[in-house]
Amino acid sequence: MAHGDGVAQAVEIREVSFAYDTGRPVLSDVSLTIPRGKVIGIMGQSGCGKTTLLRIIAGVLRPTRGTASVLGTLTRDLDQDGLYAMRRSMGMLFQFGALFTDMSVYDNVAFPLREHSDLPEELIHDLVTMKLEAVGLRGAARLMPAELSGGMARRVALARAIALDPQLILYDEPFTGLDPISFGAIARLVRKLNDTLGATSIIVSHDVEECLDLVDYLYFVSAGRIVAAGTGAEIRRSREPFVEQFVNGLPDGPIPFHYPAPDYGRDLVTTGD
Amino acid sequence: MQALRAFIESLGHRVNGMVLRLGFASRFFFYMLLHSGTAMRRFRLTLREIYFAGVLSLIIILVSGTFVGMVLALQGYETLQRFGSTEALGILLALSLVRELGPVVAGLLFASRAGSAITAEIGLMKATEQIAAMEMMAVDPIARVIAPRFWGGAISMPLLAALFSAAGIFGGYLIGVQLIGIDEGAFWSQMQAAVDVRKDIVNGVIKSVVFGIAVCWIAVFEGYDAPPTAEGVSGATTRTVVTSSLAILALDFVLTAFMFTGGNGL
Repeated sequence: MAHGDGVAQAVEIREVSFAYDTGRPVLSDVSLTIPRGKVIGIMGQSGCGKTTLLRIIAGVLRPTRGTASVLGTLTRDLDQDGLYAMRRSMGMLFQFGALFTDMSVYDNVAFPLREHSDLPEELIHDLVTMKLEAVGLRGAARLMPAELSGGMARRVALARAIALDPQLILYDEPFTGLDPISFGAIARLVRKLNDTLGATSIIVSHDVEECLDLVDYLYFVSAGRIVAAGTGAEIRRSREPFVEQFVNGLPDGPIPFHYPAPDYGRDLVTTGD
Repeated sequence: MQALRAFIESLGHRVNGMVLRLGFASRFFFYMLLHSGTAMRRFRLTLREIYFAGVLSLIIILVSGTFVGMVLALQGYETLQRFGSTEALGILLALSLVRELGPVVAGLLFASRAGSAITAEIGLMKATEQIAAMEMMAVDPIARVIAPRFWGGAISMPLLAALFSAAGIFGGYLIGVQLIGIDEGAFWSQMQAAVDVRKDIVNGVIKSVVFGIAVCWIAVFEGYDAPPTAEGVSGATTRTVVTSSLAILALDFVLTAFMFTGGNGL
């Protein structure tokens, strides 16, 4: 049962607010739509709320206010079974891959297939081989996760995330800690898999330069709000102070370099009691 | 006055926290029992955990059992010979091992060998987002990861306790019969005559089953509840060993009190 076939928008977030503790909002009044078939970026500093947004889309967290509609279903109305049914149409790549360390590469990719289907082992073998070939790691099928480099682990995790041919692929900081070659490989795979599967991809990242070229459209999040949105070229031209600071990596700007502190001169002359 | 108030507040806060955690652990336990279908249907998952919790604990259990039995034989002989009843060494060994030392010492060893490993493994799976990844793949981690580990451990523990007792009796036999030279026939026949299946062996098995469930519950809960950091996992592992050991000793007292017959038929 495919979720949300025929719905134009893959994700629709409407006036979503979220807080872990009351009084400290992580997201305030965020609205965005993610059309099908696109690669969308959500960017911002660490701790700005972008991962929280991704978790709301995945149904891990529920918005305190507002609604999130994913593949045509309101996540608010789902119980655990409904949530699990929705997630079968979703794949997620975690920051460091999150491969199961006690299973080989092959078994990791076969995991969702074995858990969710009664396919005979020969068919699972063919599917796993195809997924591993797509990420270029067919030869590594017998290796254990501990034997893989960071980039390889990320590619195996990607093969596992697409094992059930998801309609929506979520990426949580997919580029963190990768060397330029692995980085290029993952970036190309994100685009290729999105287009061949006819899926929709959402990338949460702070690797700005790389993402600007990769995504079709991106949203900038700062302090729990969307502060800018546009295509890569539009963002590059933007004069919005926050975007300029972020894109150019300036240490000071709307996001100050200094943590709020009392007056420097006074701090120096007072003894620390 | 202010200090007293602060003290009472902090005490209340702590007790409140403990009660909440106990409630959470109980809900977790029942949820796990309800979702044990996968662990039973796909018994290979549980078998794998029996290997990790049970088979890999064999060496420490068998070696410790043998040594405990050997020491018991030396100490027991020393005491019994004062009363001229050294042939009763077999009874002493069998009863103390089967009724008490087998379940308790095997339980303590099991908590530190297998319980800590279960907590650390689940805690690390959580810290490296493997549990979250499983949830994102629409697989319930409690059914797929937690329940098989719980059942694997709970099944292993009574078997390990039985092996501990057997190794202990063997160790006692080596010292008592082979080294000291007690009559072999008297050693075994007195043991056989004095040990009652219902009162001694079944009671010992009941203890080891209860200890196994307690240790595995604590181990899987601590692992699942661990903060997903290196510090959190190491803290949870320590808590597993400490809490399980205390639980075993406390439960042992309660169970022994219930099983105590006041000397009838002993």
